Amino acid sequence: MSAYLDRAGIVSGLKRMAPLSLFVIVFGLAYGVAALQNGLSGLETLLMSALVFAGASQFAAIDMWGPGIPLVALMATTFAINARHLLMGAALYPWLRGLPARQRYASVLVMSDSNWAMAAADYQRGESNVGILVGGGIALWVAWMIGTLLGVVFGSGISDPERYGLDVIMGCFLLSMLVGSKRDLSILLPWGAAALAALAAMHWLPPHSHVIVGALAGGLVGLLLPGKPAEQEASA
Amino acid sequence: MSLSSPLLGSIVAILLMAVVTALTRTGGLLVMSRVPIGPRVERFINAMAGSVLVAVITPMAIEGDWGARMALLATLGVMLVLRKPLPAIAMGIATAALWRFWIG
Repeated sequence: MSAYLDRAGIVSGLKRMAPLSLFVIVFGLAYGVAALQNGLSGLETLLMSALVFAGASQFAAIDMWGPGIPLVALMATTFAINARHLLMGAALYPWLRGLPARQRYASVLVMSDSNWAMAAADYQRGESNVGILVGGGIALWVAWMIGTLLGVVFGSGISDPERYGLDVIMGCFLLSMLVGSKRDLSILLPWGAAALAALAAMHWLPPHSHVIVGALAGGLVGLLLPGKPAEQEASA
Repeated sequence: MSLSSPLLGSIVAILLMAVVTALTRTGGLLVMSRVPIGPRVERFINAMAGSVLVAVITPMAIEGDWGARMALLATLGVMLVLRKPLPAIAMGIATAALWRFWIG
């Protein structure tokens, strides 16, 4: 079953991501407010949301804003925080390789944690319509822009997302995506390794490295486990 | 000049961030399109996919307050029983809100 992308799938992806997008608006608002407080202009704040579209790295970047922005440090920080995209994209490659190259690369330009998580679950389920990645990504991008705009326009508002439990909403969402896909218990070994490696990296390795370290550790343990023949043969 | 050059500087900074981020989004596909995908690579990728989320969520549970931990636990519990994300997430949010309201 080869993967494909069509308008109906994108619309359905938009709808499935709509509930979470409402919360992303509040995240965007928090970013917009924080960016203005750090000296960015409204235009710069909006431009960054539109072109970068990666919340954690944007929050880190505005801390470095000022008359002389340290470009190398900015790029290094952006890369470190967003390097998890490399692994996320790689994980979706077997699913997306059926698409024409242009669609494939365009699709991942709107890839972020939540639509990726839903896409990975769809892939696991054997779904061949990749609309959730694109439609979900568009929904998140629009919500992120609306939130940023609200933050820029209204200036003061929510500046501390944790106080309102927004961090918990994202955590619960990602956890439900993780648990929801059907798997057997042997996956708990790589996941345990990922958790331990991430915690170790948080304590002993440079900041922002824990997601990559955890993901790679989980992948390596998965590689060492005995394989299950016949399960994935069809996709070869 | 003194007005426009700081703006120019920050626009260059934003464009550089955008390029770096786009490279992280497309880079995984680029690399994988050059790697032959055998069963071993497939096992690695499949284990790595969930591990990304595990590595994102674990610090929330460890570094977060008890409200966050209970929320994740509630989500996990409902998810394992019902297998439906929306009730699971709703239960998690409600748990965190109630916990923070009554206990801490």
